[in-house]
Amino acid sequence: MTILVIAEHDNAELKAATLNTVAAAAKIGGDIHVLVAGSGAQTVAEQAAKVAGVSTVLLADAAQLADSLAENVAEQVIAIAGNYSHILFPATASGKNVAPRVAAKLDVAQLSDIIAVESADVFQRPIYAGNAIATVECTDAKKVITVRTTAFDAVSAEGGSASVQNVDAVTDSGLSSFVGREVAKSDRPELTAAAIIVSGGRGMGSAENFKILDPLADKLGAALGASRAAVDAGYAPNDWQVGQTGKIVAPQLYVAVGISGAIQHLAGMKDSKVIVAINKDAEAPIFGVADYGLVADLFTAVPELVGAL
Amino acid sequence: MKVLVPVKRVVDYNVKVRVKSDQTGVDIANVKMSMNPFDEIAVEEATRLKEKGVATEVVAVSCGVTQCQETLRTAMAIGADRAALVQTDVELQPLAVAKLLKAVAEKEQAQLVILGKQAIDDDANQTGQMLAALLGWPQATFASKIEIEGDSAKVTREVDGGLETISVKLPAIITTDLRLNEPRYVTLPNIMKAKKKQLDTYTPEDLGVDVTPRIKTLKVSEPPARKAGITVPDVATLVDKLKNEAKVI
Repeated sequence: MTILVIAEHDNAELKAATLNTVAAAAKIGGDIHVLVAGSGAQTVAEQAAKVAGVSTVLLADAAQLADSLAENVAEQVIAIAGNYSHILFPATASGKNVAPRVAAKLDVAQLSDIIAVESADVFQRPIYAGNAIATVECTDAKKVITVRTTAFDAVSAEGGSASVQNVDAVTDSGLSSFVGREVAKSDRPELTAAAIIVSGGRGMGSAENFKILDPLADKLGAALGASRAAVDAGYAPNDWQVGQTGKIVAPQLYVAVGISGAIQHLAGMKDSKVIVAINKDAEAPIFGVADYGLVADLFTAVPELVGAL
Repeated sequence: MKVLVPVKRVVDYNVKVRVKSDQTGVDIANVKMSMNPFDEIAVEEATRLKEKGVATEVVAVSCGVTQCQETLRTAMAIGADRAALVQTDVELQPLAVAKLLKAVAEKEQAQLVILGKQAIDDDANQTGQMLAALLGWPQATFASKIEIEGDSAKVTREVDGGLETISVKLPAIITTDLRLNEPRYVTLPNIMKAKKKQLDTYTPEDLGVDVTPRIKTLKVSEPPARKAGITVPDVATLVDKLKNEAKVI
């Protein structure tokens, strides 16, 4: 049994999500290969070769693979899919984009967002915004899977010594092209990888008020997050959104400020180790999942908390 | 240009579902059902394209039980011109739905298919991508902005870390993200008008599609419950608990 893991990267750096996906592959058991599809991605392949547990890194390097267009990346995966029993993608925007395309071309089902591996063909995945956990058996010969990265502890990025092999890149599909990118700037840790997250909701009231979370996040070395209500109201950029339709996070500490705790939000953060809720409404559903709840006005409690740290 | 909009009937997003005690699934008998929120956004976008004169006809399609007709009537009340139901009592998984939609898209000669990015029941986020693969069309997933320019579509997508814009050749598949638009409310006169619109019914057999499930659900269980928390009286206690009890700061 050989497992293929599709690397998440930006052509310069291997992203941490790959390490969690390799961890899931290790749970399935078998030889683990990593595919790096990109342009000028030799360094990424070298980083992938050092990842613990990886035996072979396949590098497909070509200009048409630079921007992870689904059409080209899917064809690249299919070109080498014949050798593998399992094909794993991290459940990131990019993994979710490509994995179903690969599965349909192979005429197999795809499993989304697995959170546990029970055997080589039995997995657990959340449904209904995390309100139920389904244990599913995949009956197809090849398993195409996306892995919820927060559910698997990352393997070590060092210690491996895989060989790097070049594979032929597929030709450009010509169906789509990359136009541009607008990257949200942030000096803070990446949301999905942060150990501490401070999140604001509708209760923040405005984009200016949202800034009172800055000193708190600075003190804690935390990433900033937001509920959908805060994002929709324009208080925070949309890639800060934590929830069923945004990012799924599981930090050591999650501080929810002015967030009521709708089920769609809880789906994105309820696996955090410790949850703190600051809300003036004692009836808010967030207190149902919080380890420590503080019923207080956030505009006095947050500065006070910054002072006390 | 004809636009096809697949819609799904799901448990209403405000309902907190319960797992059945025999662990065979979640209890959806007698709970409120409605159109998947992402699909509403898809219907709205298709309707706006028609209002701009870009689309000539909007056809809503749903796959599943007879009651999906209600969901299709809602789509027609928002603005779809007519609808098609692929009726079956079999549990449909994304690959099967993608195959059914492929057959309908070919029958209708659609130039653009707009789907929701995921359904809030199975949370799969697969059908659009699978449909694109089966048709051999390009895909633009998680769209927050769509501009049709001649024979291509310029689509801004929500990705990790920000936004990216791609251009896809038509015919194409687009899946909607939350911020694409704000769906309009359906008005009573439009609900009445929707009742008179055409609704065709097919079966998977008519379309020659095998819908046998590929994934077997062995059991459905409750997620592990969090241990009950405590309410702290003030900030000082909170900091003390985080430092000395939880040891996370």
